[in-house]
Amino acid sequence: MKRAILSLALATAIGLAGSVAEAQTLKSVQQRGVLNCGANGNLAGFGLPDAQGNWTGFDVDYCRAIAAAIFNDPTKVKFIPLTAKDRFTALQSGEVDVLIRNTTWTSSRDTTSGLNFTGVNYYDGQGFLVRKALKVNSALELSDAAVCVQQGTTTELNLADFFRTNNMKLKTVTFATSDEAVKAYDAGRCDAYTTDASALYGERLRTAAPDDHVVLPDIISKEPLGPSVRHGDDQWFDIVRWVNFMLINAEELGVAKANVDAQMKSDNPEIRRMLGVEGKQGEAFGLSNDFVVRMIKTVGNYGEIFEKNLGQGSPLKISRGLNALWTKGGLQYAPPVR
Amino acid sequence: MVDARATARPKISPINDPRWRSAIVQVLLCLAIVWLAYGAITNAAENLARARIASGFDFWNSTAGFDISQTLIPYTTQSTYGRAFWVGLLNTLLVASLGIVFATIIGFTIGILQLSKNVLVSKLAAAYVEIVRNLPLLLQLLFWYNAVLKALPNLRESLAIPGGALLNNRGLFLPKPIFGGAMDVVLAAFALGVIGAIAFRYWARRRQALTGQQPPVLIVSLLLIVAMPVVVFAAMGFPVTFEAPEMGRFNIRGGIEILPEFAALLFGLSIYTAAFIAEVVRAGLQAVSHGQTEAAYSLGLRPGPTLRLVVVPQAMRVIVPPLTNQYLNLTKNSSLAVAIGYPDLVQVFTGTVLNQTGQAVEVVAITMAVYLTISLATSGLMNLYNRRFALKER
Repeated sequence: MKRAILSLALATAIGLAGSVAEAQTLKSVQQRGVLNCGANGNLAGFGLPDAQGNWTGFDVDYCRAIAAAIFNDPTKVKFIPLTAKDRFTALQSGEVDVLIRNTTWTSSRDTTSGLNFTGVNYYDGQGFLVRKALKVNSALELSDAAVCVQQGTTTELNLADFFRTNNMKLKTVTFATSDEAVKAYDAGRCDAYTTDASALYGERLRTAAPDDHVVLPDIISKEPLGPSVRHGDDQWFDIVRWVNFMLINAEELGVAKANVDAQMKSDNPEIRRMLGVEGKQGEAFGLSNDFVVRMIKTVGNYGEIFEKNLGQGSPLKISRGLNALWTKGGLQYAPPVR
Repeated sequence: MVDARATARPKISPINDPRWRSAIVQVLLCLAIVWLAYGAITNAAENLARARIASGFDFWNSTAGFDISQTLIPYTTQSTYGRAFWVGLLNTLLVASLGIVFATIIGFTIGILQLSKNVLVSKLAAAYVEIVRNLPLLLQLLFWYNAVLKALPNLRESLAIPGGALLNNRGLFLPKPIFGGAMDVVLAAFALGVIGAIAFRYWARRRQALTGQQPPVLIVSLLLIVAMPVVVFAAMGFPVTFEAPEMGRFNIRGGIEILPEFAALLFGLSIYTAAFIAEVVRAGLQAVSHGQTEAAYSLGLRPGPTLRLVVVPQAMRVIVPPLTNQYLNLTKNSSLAVAIGYPDLVQVFTGTVLNQTGQAVEVVAITMAVYLTISLATSGLMNLYNRRFALKER
């Protein structure tokens, strides 16, 4: 009898432990003292640990910016490298607080997958990497070609759509990680490797002889990349969304890493509101008033993050293109701070 | 009328009655398990609903929209997720069943060679076992895959194998046989041959029991099963044509394609599992006491029949149960296909389908149920087989 009571008690305990508390991500991050950020551990320019284990990249700096906004300490981030295939499950199950892993915003991910995309930090499109020796000038000539692709990506679906729409025959070879896909492509298993154009430049540099390969000019899809959070926590959603907007606004208003202290004395009311000198917009997010100042001091504004990781300050030398500010002919546009 | 039992035993409280107590404990335990399972399911459903993650099995009939490199049944990018599931499952079954066949053949050979009296042979066999079984399988698969890709020539320099086959790092391309209508006659001849061989074997057994003579079963069977259909095949004027693989703009078109991913996975799984099977076989053979062999020799049996009729049947009792484990391991290990791009069930279904639909709970539950079914079926078959070799106690 005693044993029966014991097993019943145990069952009750497990049953109770199973019910999940209301989502309060900011609070649990603050209590934990560290932000769990789902990142790409494998993509030069976006997320890659260097030889010393320091994480670098465009998306990585976004994680740091959020940590700086919450803790006043950009090192309080735990980067969790995720494959494309596992990333949504990791976010859904609470393993990571935010997913910033060059992830394309789509309608089904926004709904059935239980994610909320907070914005677009990089406007991208899908392209192809091929050998120069093939003498291919356009993606439309790739009928019957074998294409290496990474699993669990929009890329995988766009590829099938593109070949279908253009009545071309497709042979895909699918790999769990981009690393394996590029290796197989480089070994000659495929004629082409396809992924977002931003990544293609980095992946090209990883082949044995980068000069033998060329990125085709065709862009076959829209790939708006951005951070995402779980459904059901509006406060956390607002924080992650506005970290992006603040970084863009900072660039637009000319607030940069080097001049942020000087800018706090600016007369421009918009700058004063953004930096928390005037008003209480930081507290409205559940953060301190000067969170933007800390972010900018840590990682710089949007333009600085871009140039350092992807642009002229990096080996990738990607031009701003669609990611220029709206005032300079691009698409990056953030709502005002008011 | 007095109840006989009541007088035979003193009336005791159910709490102190061991039968009652064990029944109550079991009922309570069952209830607790049911309650726990119910709680887990409702809790998961509630949390999924709260996070507004889709649930249910509606996705099964939605369009998949992705391509799969090896499909045993017709599949296009417009097929459903359900179809993709079957494609993945068949790919898993293909590599697992072929892997089991090859691993068994290699394993038995190496296991017997380990007991060879030739020192070089037995040491080489032992070295194979020790090297292969002590390296992680994933590492071996990556090694074989990269070895296959690196060692083979690229598309433009394909190796032409006599008979019209082509070999390069995109795979092995074999001529595809296209059978004519007269093939039915050949198949009928083959079926007749098999039936004839079984009948001859039956007759030979009886003859041996009656007279002690041994009719040449092997030769007659080979004649019936192999030679007769071949003669018929020739007599019908070779009713088969071959579609040779040819070079296209990028790839080879036509023919039967064997992907390097498949070859590497099959090779890696077979080699790895064979090392374990070799040990099982060696242990099984050594478990039969040497006295049995000596007794057989003293009865005048030659070494061949001794092994076949005396040692192996006794060894099989020891071999079959652990052999079943190895078959199950091989089937489950085939899910490592995901690392080298072979589209097995895990790669297609818990990989792409899970990611595209976002329905982790359903997809993982289905996959687990499938592996459980495959494993239970395998061990069920092996148990049937084992019963034949088990000690018959009379």
